[in-house]
Amino acid sequence: MNKGGAIMTINVPKYKLKDLVDKPTYFTGGHRLCAGCAAGSMARQVTMAFNKPTMIFNSTGCLEVASTIYPFSAWEVPWLHVAFENSAAVASGVEAAIKAMTRKGTYTAGKTDIIVFGGDGGTYDIGIQAISGAFERGHDLLYILYDNGAYMNTGIQRSGGTPFSASTTTSPAGSVIPGKTQFRKPITEIMVAHRIPFVATAAPAYPADLIAKVRAGLDVDGPAFMHIEASCNRGQRFDPAKSIEYVKMAVETCLHPLYTVIDGEYTLSRPSERIAKDPSRKVPLVEFLRKEGRWRHLFRPIERTDLIERFQTEVDKHWEELLVKSGF
Amino acid sequence: MARIAVTGDDAVALAAKAVNPDVVAAYPITPQTIIVERFADFVADGEVDTEFVTVESEHSAMSACVGASSVGARVFTSTASAGLMLMYEIVFIAASSRTPIVMALANRAISGPINIHGEMTDQMLLRDSGWISLFCEDNQEAHDQTIMAFKIGEHPDVLLPVAVGLDGFILSHAIEGIEKVSREEALRFIGGERKTDLKLDTSKPLSIGLLHLQDYYMEARAQIKDAQDRAKKVILDVFSEWETQTGRKYEPIESYMMEDAEYAFITMGSSAGNARTTVDELRAKGEKVGLIKIRVYRPFWSDRIVELCKNLKGLISVERAHSFGGPGAILSQDIKSALYGSGISPLLAEYTIGLGGRDTLISGYHGMYNRAKKAFEEGKNLPIFWWGVRE
Ligand SMILES: Cc1ncc(C[n+]2csc(CCOP(=O)(O)OP(=O)(O)O)c2C)c(N)n1
Ligand code: SF4
Ligand SMILES: [Mg+2]
Repeated sequence: MNKGGAIMTINVPKYKLKDLVDKPTYFTGGHRLCAGCAAGSMARQVTMAFNKPTMIFNSTGCLEVASTIYPFSAWEVPWLHVAFENSAAVASGVEAAIKAMTRKGTYTAGKTDIIVFGGDGGTYDIGIQAISGAFERGHDLLYILYDNGAYMNTGIQRSGGTPFSASTTTSPAGSVIPGKTQFRKPITEIMVAHRIPFVATAAPAYPADLIAKVRAGLDVDGPAFMHIEASCNRGQRFDPAKSIEYVKMAVETCLHPLYTVIDGEYTLSRPSERIAKDPSRKVPLVEFLRKEGRWRHLFRPIERTDLIERFQTEVDKHWEELLVKSGF
Repeated sequence: MARIAVTGDDAVALAAKAVNPDVVAAYPITPQTIIVERFADFVADGEVDTEFVTVESEHSAMSACVGASSVGARVFTSTASAGLMLMYEIVFIAASSRTPIVMALANRAISGPINIHGEMTDQMLLRDSGWISLFCEDNQEAHDQTIMAFKIGEHPDVLLPVAVGLDGFILSHAIEGIEKVSREEALRFIGGERKTDLKLDTSKPLSIGLLHLQDYYMEARAQIKDAQDRAKKVILDVFSEWETQTGRKYEPIESYMMEDAEYAFITMGSSAGNARTTVDELRAKGEKVGLIKIRVYRPFWSDRIVELCKNLKGLISVERAHSFGGPGAILSQDIKSALYGSGISPLLAEYTIGLGGRDTLISGYHGMYNRAKKAFEEGKNLPIFWWGVRE
């Protein structure tokens, strides 16, 4: 536990893609995620950061369901699913058990890394209490939010993480209401506000960055949180071949900027830092919105420039705040 | 053994201290709170080696327990009423994850209206969850059964969580003398550490909690059914070993004055105390009456109940619980199911008593008896009746 204690040095390792090609992964093929599902790319990249005994705790959702249909499992490290909203609490119990049993000499694997995977539904909404509790208590674990912008497993319902104006099955674009009327919760900032030692955002379009952050999050003594954008071609409605390209666009539009907050200190990661230094690199949000079917109603039958501008203004506001926090 | 005077909650907390679990994750709720508070004292004073996880809710308490137990830890928690209701989703998963968590329940009425006093409905709803469910009559039983629960649940033939119920306030807050079991005695009985092959182990990666579709779900559930069946032998063995070690005798279904009884009360928990006194008083007047006390509610010993009812003219079921709209209260439904088709069918009077902590005094038991006996003599059953409710 680091909370309230001395500030430690946390290094995010600098990996190059070529260093990573030989890294083993512990998420195998044969799972039942849809073709092109970015959650799968995300999961494989996360496991490439492993370098010691590791256990995974997975909330109910697409990643869980599709990776472990009995009698098959895609995981080559110990993996546990209990329910939708409680994985942070489950992992708290595990961390406590390992501590107590190590002390008593009945757990002998040594330092064990603990990872939690939760979707946006499991994190922004139903699971937020358990996460907040686990972070307040200071358990040594890395919570990874893989965010596909809706409850995909149950058929594309809105979550607190669904972006503004996206059409989902519970925030459908109708003739009166144009999709989701709210902006997403600032989930990363909510976690930063818990004053945990490590918070980061990532995207599987930048594997070296993602893997390095996972490693750093695991090496931190205390709670760590990562918000990973992981597109869902089924629910966001686009060609499966574009999954990684569109995750990249979320970063390039600054809808999902990449940064770390280590002991309260904000640092932009390379892809976002480049935009900070050269704002002409920032892709207008409208270009991204045009790509995905969930925003189709913003362009047909008429272009809803009012909504697009409102959305752009919100994204800009968050980006400007982030620039200030990270010293730009 | 040291004899001390403690509340029921203290008796449970001292049992947990003797066991020295790896993890305790719990949340305060009356009338169980003393258990977590005492346990926090033991942690703060270094009297246990336990990691005490001060979760932010009961839902997380049960979740943390399932997590901890899944890596092979010995785990304890306690709650009541609303706390248990909040846990319920995970309570079922605890059974299917085969995590032998021990949970003390200071049985309390369910909201609403909100009420903090005694009632057993909270724990009786565990009925269909896969948990082993034990009830206690007094503080000694609460102390002993908390320790025995670990041995029952952790047995490889069982691997199921175990609930130990003590009546809210009537036991949880009442002081009684108990023989305290020391750590050395407790661990000699249950074993110094939990041993299991079914756990998350980084040297033998296992996935637990997989999606079971139509092709496997029933088989997974059937394993819980089989474990409940196997638990009967384990419970009998554990009770008899406990008797050997402590001299205190426990039976899943206990009988009192049943040899020549024509009528009998059947009840659970602390209600058995007043029922027993009533039996003594009625016996002094020459009435042939006895008592059946159900200690182990799940698994349910139907055949033992049938056997005890063999020579009865009438059975009087008394419980601090109810099933709205059901064919009887909760326990009385089980009793009727046990007797159906057995060829043994005493007349039956069904009573719900004492909800929300309302006292049912010995005079009340006499009243219930007289009312029932009158009906029995006329050859009639008495359908479920709420004793003591004002019109
Ligand atoms: C308590 C509870 N409520 C609802 C559900 C139904 N459910 C299962 S997965 C899910 C949505 C998961 O969404 P998210 O966390 O975003 O993960 P995704 O499937 O999108 O990857 C829901 C609503 C459940 N399993 N448990
Ligand atoms: S529905 Fe979406 S998130 Fe779920 S497996 Fe398919 S692509 Fe992945
Ligand atoms: Mg989702």
